[in-house]
Amino acid sequence: MTTNSAPRAIVAGHGSFAAGLVSAVEQITGLGDVYVPISNSQLTPAAIDAAIRDAIARSGATVVFTDLPAGSCTMIVRRLAKLEPGITIVTGVTLPTLLAFALGASVEEAVAKGHEALGQVEGPRGA
Amino acid sequence: MALEHFRIDDRLIHGQVVVGWGQPCGLGFVVLVDDAVVHSEWEQELYRMGVPPDMDLYFDSVESAARRLPDYRADRRPGMLLAGDIATMRALCASVPDITRVTIGGIHHKDGRSPRLRYVFLTPDEEASLRTLAAQGVEVVAQDVPGAPAIPLDEVLAGDGRG
Repeated sequence: MTTNSAPRAIVAGHGSFAAGLVSAVEQITGLGDVYVPISNSQLTPAAIDAAIRDAIARSGATVVFTDLPAGSCTMIVRRLAKLEPGITIVTGVTLPTLLAFALGASVEEAVAKGHEALGQVEGPRGA
Repeated sequence: MALEHFRIDDRLIHGQVVVGWGQPCGLGFVVLVDDAVVHSEWEQELYRMGVPPDMDLYFDSVESAARRLPDYRADRRPGMLLAGDIATMRALCASVPDITRVTIGGIHHKDGRSPRLRYVFLTPDEEASLRTLAAQGVEVVAQDVPGAPAIPLDEVLAGDGRG
Protein backbone atom coordinates (compact mmCIF):
# COMPACT_ATOMS: atom_id res chain seq x y z
CA MET A 1 0.00 0.00 0.00
CA THR A 2 1.33 3.39 -0.90
CA THR A 3 0.59 6.21 1.51
CA ASN A 4 0.51 9.84 0.53
CA SER A 5 3.23 11.44 2.63
CA ALA A 6 4.41 15.01 2.33
CA PRO A 7 8.10 15.23 1.46
CA ARG A 8 10.22 15.75 4.55
CA ALA A 9 13.71 15.39 3.12
CA ILE A 10 15.82 15.61 -0.02
CA VAL A 11 18.06 12.76 -1.16
CA ALA A 12 20.81 13.94 -3.52
CA GLY A 13 23.77 12.21 -5.10
CA HIS A 14 25.53 10.76 -8.10
CA GLY A 15 23.84 8.97 -10.98
CA SER A 16 20.68 7.13 -9.97
CA PHE A 17 21.75 6.85 -6.33
CA ALA A 18 18.91 8.96 -4.95
CA ALA A 19 16.16 7.60 -7.18
CA GLY A 20 17.32 4.05 -6.44
CA LEU A 21 17.27 4.50 -2.68
CA VAL A 22 13.91 6.25 -2.77
CA SER A 23 12.44 3.48 -4.91
CA ALA A 24 13.70 0.98 -2.34
CA VAL A 25 12.08 2.96 0.47
CA GLU A 26 8.85 2.95 -1.51
CA GLN A 27 9.04 -0.79 -2.14
CA ILE A 28 9.71 -1.61 1.50
CA THR A 29 7.48 0.87 3.30
CA GLY A 30 5.28 2.63 0.77
CA LEU A 31 6.77 5.88 2.06
CA GLY A 32 8.87 6.92 -0.92
CA ASP A 33 6.97 10.21 -1.05
CA VAL A 34 8.80 11.29 2.09
CA TYR A 35 11.80 12.01 -0.13
CA VAL A 36 12.56 14.17 -3.14
CA PRO A 37 15.37 12.49 -5.13
CA ILE A 38 17.90 14.63 -7.01
CA SER A 39 20.70 13.50 -9.32
CA ASN A 40 23.76 15.59 -10.17
CA SER A 41 24.14 13.88 -13.56
CA GLN A 42 25.24 16.26 -16.30
CA LEU A 43 24.46 19.31 -14.16
CA THR A 44 26.69 22.28 -13.52
CA PRO A 45 27.17 23.28 -9.88
CA ALA A 46 24.74 26.17 -10.53
CA ALA A 47 22.12 23.76 -11.86
CA ILE A 48 22.55 21.39 -8.90
CA ASP A 49 22.22 24.35 -6.57
CA ALA A 50 19.04 25.44 -8.34
CA ALA A 51 17.56 21.94 -8.23
CA ILE A 52 18.21 21.58 -4.51
CA ARG A 53 16.94 25.08 -3.69
CA ASP A 54 13.82 24.42 -5.72
CA ALA A 55 13.20 21.08 -4.00
CA ILE A 56 13.62 22.69 -0.58
CA ALA A 57 11.32 25.57 -1.49
CA ARG A 58 8.60 23.33 -2.89
CA SER A 59 8.73 20.70 -0.16
CA GLY A 60 9.65 22.73 2.89
CA ALA A 61 12.18 20.00 3.73
CA THR A 62 15.10 21.05 5.90
CA VAL A 63 16.97 17.74 5.87
CA VAL A 64 19.20 16.74 2.96
CA PHE A 65 20.71 13.27 2.71
CA THR A 66 23.69 12.94 0.35
CA ASP A 67 26.05 10.20 -0.74
CA LEU A 68 29.69 11.25 -0.49
CA PRO A 69 31.17 13.74 1.98
CA ALA A 70 33.03 15.27 -0.97
CA GLY A 71 30.26 14.89 -3.52
CA SER A 72 29.13 17.90 -5.52
CA CYS A 73 25.65 17.74 -3.96
CA THR A 74 27.17 17.73 -0.49
CA MET A 75 29.43 20.66 -1.27
CA ILE A 76 26.50 22.65 -2.58
CA VAL A 77 24.23 21.84 0.35
CA ARG A 78 27.00 22.82 2.75
CA ARG A 79 27.18 26.17 1.01
CA LEU A 80 23.40 26.52 1.22
CA ALA A 81 23.42 25.62 4.91
CA LYS A 82 26.01 28.29 5.52
CA LEU A 83 23.78 30.90 3.93
CA GLU A 84 20.50 29.54 5.27
CA PRO A 85 20.95 28.05 8.74
CA GLY A 86 18.40 25.40 9.63
CA ILE A 87 19.32 22.92 6.94
CA THR A 88 20.61 19.60 8.24
CA ILE A 89 22.98 17.57 6.06
CA VAL A 90 23.62 13.85 6.45
CA THR A 91 26.40 12.45 4.27
CA GLY A 92 27.06 8.83 3.38
CA VAL A 93 23.39 7.95 3.65
CA THR A 94 22.26 4.35 3.36
CA LEU A 95 18.95 2.61 2.97
CA PRO A 96 18.54 1.73 6.68
CA THR A 97 18.89 5.41 7.56
CA LEU A 98 16.29 6.45 5.00
CA LEU A 99 13.91 3.72 6.13
CA ALA A 100 14.17 4.76 9.75
CA PHE A 101 13.63 8.43 8.94
CA ALA A 102 10.66 7.64 6.70
CA LEU A 103 9.12 5.63 9.52
CA GLY A 104 9.31 8.56 11.90
CA ALA A 105 12.75 8.44 13.48
CA SER A 106 14.56 11.71 14.11
CA VAL A 107 17.63 12.46 12.01
CA GLU A 108 19.89 11.41 14.86
CA GLU A 109 17.99 8.16 15.41
CA ALA A 110 17.99 7.41 11.70
CA VAL A 111 21.73 7.97 11.44
CA ALA A 112 22.23 5.61 14.38
CA LYS A 113 20.16 2.97 12.57
CA GLY A 114 22.43 3.36 9.57
CA HIS A 115 25.52 2.88 11.71
CA GLU A 116 24.02 -0.19 13.37
CA ALA A 117 23.30 -1.80 10.01
CA LEU A 118 26.74 -1.27 8.57
CA GLY A 119 29.60 -3.75 8.66
CA GLN A 120 27.97 -6.79 10.24
CA VAL A 121 29.84 -9.42 8.25
CA GLU A 122 29.93 -13.02 9.34
CA GLY A 123 33.08 -15.05 8.82
CA PRO A 124 33.04 -18.40 7.02
CA ARG A 125 31.57 -21.22 9.10
CA GLY A 126 34.04 -23.65 10.59
CA ALA A 127 36.98 -21.28 10.16
CA MET B 1 57.37 15.85 -11.24
CA ALA B 2 54.62 14.71 -8.91
CA LEU B 3 52.07 17.30 -9.97
CA GLU B 4 50.89 15.32 -12.96
CA HIS B 5 47.26 16.26 -13.39
CA PHE B 6 46.01 19.64 -14.63
CA ARG B 7 42.24 19.29 -14.66
CA ILE B 8 39.41 21.57 -15.74
CA ASP B 9 36.32 20.67 -13.72
CA ASP B 10 33.44 23.01 -12.98
CA ARG B 11 32.59 21.05 -9.83
CA LEU B 12 36.11 21.56 -8.42
CA ILE B 13 36.32 19.38 -5.28
CA HIS B 14 33.84 16.51 -5.68
CA GLY B 15 33.52 12.74 -5.72
CA GLN B 16 35.42 12.05 -8.93
CA VAL B 17 38.38 14.11 -7.75
CA VAL B 18 38.58 13.00 -4.13
CA VAL B 19 37.54 9.36 -4.56
CA GLY B 20 37.69 8.54 -8.30
CA TRP B 21 41.19 9.96 -8.79
CA GLY B 22 42.27 10.50 -5.22
CA GLN B 23 42.23 6.90 -4.09
CA PRO B 24 43.69 4.99 -7.07
CA CYS B 25 46.30 7.66 -7.78
CA GLY B 26 47.11 8.20 -4.12
CA LEU B 27 46.73 11.94 -4.43
CA GLY B 28 48.49 13.61 -1.54
CA PHE B 29 47.45 17.12 -2.44
CA VAL B 30 45.13 19.16 -4.62
CA VAL B 31 45.74 22.72 -5.74
CA LEU B 32 42.48 24.58 -6.33
CA VAL B 33 43.04 27.59 -8.58
CA ASP B 34 40.20 30.09 -8.40
CA ASP B 35 40.58 33.85 -8.15
CA ALA B 36 37.38 34.12 -6.08
CA VAL B 37 37.80 31.17 -3.72
CA VAL B 38 41.32 32.25 -2.84
CA HIS B 39 39.84 35.36 -1.20
CA SER B 40 37.00 33.58 0.63
CA GLU B 41 37.84 31.89 3.93
CA TRP B 42 34.43 30.28 4.29
CA GLU B 43 34.46 28.88 0.73
CA GLN B 44 37.86 27.39 1.48
CA GLU B 45 36.50 25.85 4.67
CA LEU B 46 33.66 24.25 2.70
CA TYR B 47 36.12 22.67 0.30
CA ARG B 48 38.40 21.53 3.13
CA MET B 49 35.46 19.65 4.65
CA GLY B 50 35.25 17.62 1.44
CA VAL B 51 38.76 16.19 1.41
CA PRO B 52 40.09 13.36 3.58
CA PRO B 53 42.54 14.19 6.37
CA ASP B 54 45.48 12.70 4.47
CA MET B 55 44.97 14.97 1.45
CA ASP B 56 46.27 18.55 1.56
CA LEU B 57 44.26 21.21 -0.20
CA TYR B 58 45.93 24.42 -1.32
CA PHE B 59 44.18 27.51 -2.66
CA ASP B 60 45.71 29.79 -5.24
CA SER B 61 44.92 32.55 -7.66
CA VAL B 62 46.25 32.12 -11.19
CA GLU B 63 49.12 34.42 -10.28
CA SER B 64 50.07 32.64 -7.05
CA ALA B 65 49.66 29.19 -8.63
CA ALA B 66 52.10 30.14 -11.38
CA ARG B 67 54.55 31.40 -8.77
CA ARG B 68 54.25 28.35 -6.53
CA LEU B 69 54.16 25.72 -9.25
CA PRO B 70 57.87 24.81 -8.85
CA ASP B 71 57.20 24.01 -5.19
CA TYR B 72 54.19 21.88 -6.06
CA ARG B 73 56.20 20.06 -8.68
CA ALA B 74 58.97 19.41 -6.19
CA ASP B 75 56.48 17.76 -3.84
CA ARG B 76 57.05 14.01 -3.99
CA ARG B 77 53.40 13.18 -3.45
CA PRO B 78 51.10 12.75 -6.44
CA GLY B 79 49.09 15.92 -6.91
CA MET B 80 46.32 17.44 -9.00
CA LEU B 81 45.76 21.06 -9.99
CA LEU B 82 42.11 22.00 -10.50
CA ALA B 83 40.59 24.92 -12.37
CA GLY B 84 36.86 25.46 -12.63
CA ASP B 85 36.83 26.79 -16.18
CA ILE B 86 38.79 26.95 -19.39
CA ALA B 87 39.69 30.62 -19.00
CA THR B 88 41.43 29.99 -15.70
CA MET B 89 43.46 27.09 -17.07
CA ARG B 90 44.37 29.08 -20.19
CA ALA B 91 45.57 31.96 -18.03
CA LEU B 92 47.70 29.57 -16.01
CA CYS B 93 49.15 27.95 -19.14
CA ALA B 94 50.01 31.40 -20.46
CA SER B 95 51.98 32.08 -17.28
CA VAL B 96 53.57 28.62 -17.12
CA PRO B 97 54.55 27.63 -20.66
CA ASP B 98 55.78 24.16 -19.68
CA ILE B 99 52.35 22.80 -18.79
CA THR B 100 52.15 20.16 -21.49
CA ARG B 101 48.85 18.42 -20.88
CA VAL B 102 45.44 19.55 -19.67
CA THR B 103 42.53 17.24 -18.94
CA ILE B 104 38.89 18.23 -19.21
CA GLY B 105 37.26 16.40 -16.31
CA GLY B 106 33.83 17.96 -16.41
CA ILE B 107 32.19 20.99 -18.01
CA HIS B 108 28.49 20.54 -17.64
CA HIS B 109 25.38 21.74 -19.40
CA LYS B 110 24.16 25.29 -19.36
CA ASP B 111 22.51 27.59 -21.87
CA GLY B 112 24.59 28.15 -24.98
CA ARG B 113 26.65 25.00 -24.57
CA SER B 114 26.37 22.00 -26.90
CA PRO B 115 26.98 18.43 -25.78
CA ARG B 116 30.33 16.94 -26.85
CA LEU B 117 30.68 14.12 -24.35
CA ARG B 118 28.25 13.14 -21.60
CA TYR B 119 30.37 15.20 -19.21
CA VAL B 120 31.59 17.90 -21.60
CA PHE B 121 29.36 20.70 -22.92
CA LEU B 122 30.94 23.65 -24.71
CA THR B 123 30.01 27.01 -26.20
CA PRO B 124 31.58 27.94 -29.54
CA ASP B 125 33.85 30.38 -27.71
CA GLU B 126 34.97 27.65 -25.31
CA GLU B 127 35.71 25.34 -28.22
CA ALA B 128 37.79 28.05 -29.87
CA SER B 129 39.59 28.62 -26.60
CA LEU B 130 40.51 24.94 -26.32
CA ARG B 131 41.71 24.89 -29.93
CA THR B 132 43.93 27.88 -29.16
CA LEU B 133 45.34 26.12 -26.13
CA ALA B 134 46.12 23.07 -28.27
CA ALA B 135 47.67 25.22 -31.00
CA GLN B 136 50.01 26.61 -28.34
CA GLY B 137 51.38 23.13 -27.79
CA VAL B 138 49.29 21.90 -24.88
CA GLU B 139 47.84 18.43 -25.30
CA VAL B 140 44.16 18.74 -24.42
CA VAL B 141 42.21 15.59 -23.62
CA ALA B 142 38.96 14.72 -21.90
CA GLN B 143 38.88 12.06 -19.20
CA ASP B 144 36.46 12.01 -16.29
CA VAL B 145 37.79 9.01 -14.34
CA PRO B 146 41.11 7.13 -14.37
CA GLY B 147 39.64 3.98 -15.92
CA ALA B 148 38.20 5.84 -18.91
CA PRO B 149 40.25 6.51 -22.03
CA ALA B 150 41.75 9.96 -22.51
CA ILE B 151 39.90 11.38 -25.50
CA PRO B 152 41.87 13.74 -27.77
CA LEU B 153 40.48 17.23 -28.30
CA ASP B 154 39.59 16.66 -31.96
CA GLU B 155 37.43 13.69 -30.99
CA VAL B 156 35.83 15.67 -28.18
CA LEU B 157 34.89 18.52 -30.47
CA ALA B 158 33.48 16.09 -33.04
CA GLY B 159 31.27 14.46 -30.42
CA ASP B 160 27.55 14.82 -29.97
CA GLY B 161 27.30 14.18 -26.24
CA ARG B 162 26.73 10.45 -26.42
CA GLY B 163 30.35 9.43 -25.90
